[in-house]
Amino acid sequence: MSDLTRLTAAETARIVRDGEASAEDVTQAHLDRIAKVDEKVHAFLHVDAEGAIAAARRVDERRAAGEQLGPLAGVPLALKDVFTMEGVPTTCGSKILEGWRPPYDATVTRRIKDAGLVILGKTNMDEFAMGSSTENSAFGPTHNPWDLDRIPGGSGGGSSASVAAYFAPLAIGTDTGGSIRQPAAVTGTVGAKPTYGGVSRYGLIALASSLDQAGPCARNVLDAALLHEVIAGHDPFDSTSIDAPAPAVVDAARRADVKGMRIGVVREFAGDGYQAGVEQRFREAVDTLTDLGAQVVEVSCPHFTYALAAYYLILPSECSSNLARFDAMRYGLRVGDDGTRSAEEVMSMTRDAGFGDEVKRRIVLGTYALSSGYYDAFYGQAQRVRTLITDDFTAAFERCDVLVSPTTPTTAFRLGERIDDPLAMYLADLCTIPSNLSGGAAMSVPCGLAPDDGLPVGLQIMAPALADDRMYRVAAAFEAAYVDAHGPILDGAPAL
Amino acid sequence: MAITRDEVAHLARLSRLALSEDELEHFATQLEVILGAVARVAEVAADDIVPTSHSVPLTNVFRPDEVRPSLDPAAALAAAPATEGVRFRVPRILDEES
Repeated sequence: MSDLTRLTAAETARIVRDGEASAEDVTQAHLDRIAKVDEKVHAFLHVDAEGAIAAARRVDERRAAGEQLGPLAGVPLALKDVFTMEGVPTTCGSKILEGWRPPYDATVTRRIKDAGLVILGKTNMDEFAMGSSTENSAFGPTHNPWDLDRIPGGSGGGSSASVAAYFAPLAIGTDTGGSIRQPAAVTGTVGAKPTYGGVSRYGLIALASSLDQAGPCARNVLDAALLHEVIAGHDPFDSTSIDAPAPAVVDAARRADVKGMRIGVVREFAGDGYQAGVEQRFREAVDTLTDLGAQVVEVSCPHFTYALAAYYLILPSECSSNLARFDAMRYGLRVGDDGTRSAEEVMSMTRDAGFGDEVKRRIVLGTYALSSGYYDAFYGQAQRVRTLITDDFTAAFERCDVLVSPTTPTTAFRLGERIDDPLAMYLADLCTIPSNLSGGAAMSVPCGLAPDDGLPVGLQIMAPALADDRMYRVAAAFEAAYVDAHGPILDGAPAL
Repeated sequence: MAITRDEVAHLARLSRLALSEDELEHFATQLEVILGAVARVAEVAADDIVPTSHSVPLTNVFRPDEVRPSLDPAAALAAAPATEGVRFRVPRILDEES
C-alpha cells in the first residue's frame, strides 16, 4: 500500500476491515498530506488532528474486539464548516462566529461519527454559503488544485478541493443553488445534491431553508453513493425531513447501466455565455450516453432561464430572515458594548463588523424584497416562477427519466475575476439553481477537460424528487465509460 | 429600478446593520443593477399562477410533549459574549430613545 491517500473510500474501508492498514495509519497519512500541502490550497479552516486520531483509534479498537464495521468505517472525511460539530470550531466562513465551539452535533455530523468515518476537520466556504468561489470567506479563499490561481468553486470550494487534492477521499457539502455541484465540476470531482428533505438540516447553519440540502463529495460515483446512504434518511429533528425510505443509491451506482433509459438534454442550457470547450465536452458526454444504450431526446424547459432571477429574490428573502439570529446576545461576536449603548446599537455594530460584503448585500436585498409594497412585485412573483420551473420539470420528466446539462457554463475562472461584479458571480449557478427551486435531486460527474483551457468540465444529471437512484445509475455508467476511455480525470491534475 | 442611498439606509436600519457611508453608496449602486436583473420574473409570473414557497408539501409536524435531556445551563452559556449567573447578559433594552 504505497500511498494511503490515493485510495477510493470503498477501498480504504476494505483495507481497514481486512487489517491491511489501521484506521489510524490511514488518518495519519491524510493529516500528513494536509500539513504538507494545504498551505497552497487552503481547503481547511480547522484541522482536528487530535479528534481524528482518537476517532480512528476507536475504529481500530472496535475491529480488534471483533465488531462488524460499516461500509465506510475508518474512512477520513472533510466536513464543510457550515455544520455544527460538538466542541470543534464552526465559523461558516464568518468573523461573526469566529472562535465559536458548538455545544451539539448536527445530525449529519452525528451520522458520520456513528458510521465510523473519521472527521479530519472543517473546510473553507463562502461566508454563510453565499458565493461561487470561496472568495467571500472571511478567512481567505481556497485555491483550485488544478490551477492555484483559479477558484475551486463555491460555496463548498474547501470540500471539493479537499477531495481533489487527496486530503480526504470524502467530504460533505451543502447545496442551496449549486454549492456542491459547481465546486465538483470545476475541481474534476463528483458532487451530489440529494432530493430536498432527503438529508436532515438539523445543525446545518441555515442560508435559505426551503433550498438548503446537504450531500456528498467524492472522487468517484460509488464513493459518493456510499456516503449519501450514511447521511440520508428521516430525522425527527428536522420538520422538513422526508419520512420515507431513502433511495437505494449504492445499488444504483453498482448497477451503472443506462440501457433503455430516456435522457433529456435541456435545450435552454447552451449558447450565449457557454464556453465552447464546455459545450464540446458536454456534447461528447451525451454521445457516450447514447453509445451506452440510452435514448437521448432534446427537451425544452422554457422557464429555466428565469430561475436565476427567481433565486436571487427567494434566497435573499429567506437568508435575511435566517441571519437575524446573529444578534450578538447568545453566542458569537459582540462589538461596541461599552455599557452605554443599547442592545439594538450593539447588534447593528456587531453585524456590520462581523458580516462581509456579500452577506450584507443579500440581507439588504432580502429585506427590500420582503418589505411592504414590494413583497408582491418581488418575492411573490419569484414564488410564481418557482411554480413554473417545477412545472417544466414535471413535463420534462413525463418524457425522460433524467435530464442532463453542463453543470456550469464555464470552467474555473480566475481568483479575483468576478469578485467585484455580483451578477457575473451569480451566473456560475445558472444551470444548477432549477433543481434547488424544484426540490429534485441533481449531481455533477466529471466529463473531461475543456480543450480551450485544460480545466475540468462537469456533466449535470437531474432527477425527480426521491429518484436520486436514477442519477447515480447514469453517473456511474458514464463514469465507467469515461474512465475506460481516458483514465480517472484526477490523474491529469498537477502534483501538489 | 432606482434605489436610493436613503432607501438603503432605511433597509439597513430594518436589518440591524450599521452600514458606513461608503457601504451605503456602494450597495445602492450594486442593488440597482441586481434588482434590474431579477425584475424579469415579472415577464412570466402571471397572477393566476399559484406561488410555491416550498418544494415539499408541508404539514405541521408534531412530537409528544415529553421532557428529554437537553443542554445544561453551563453548556448553553459557554459561548455567550457576556453572562451573569445562569443568564445571558445583554446591553440595555429599555429606554432606547433617551
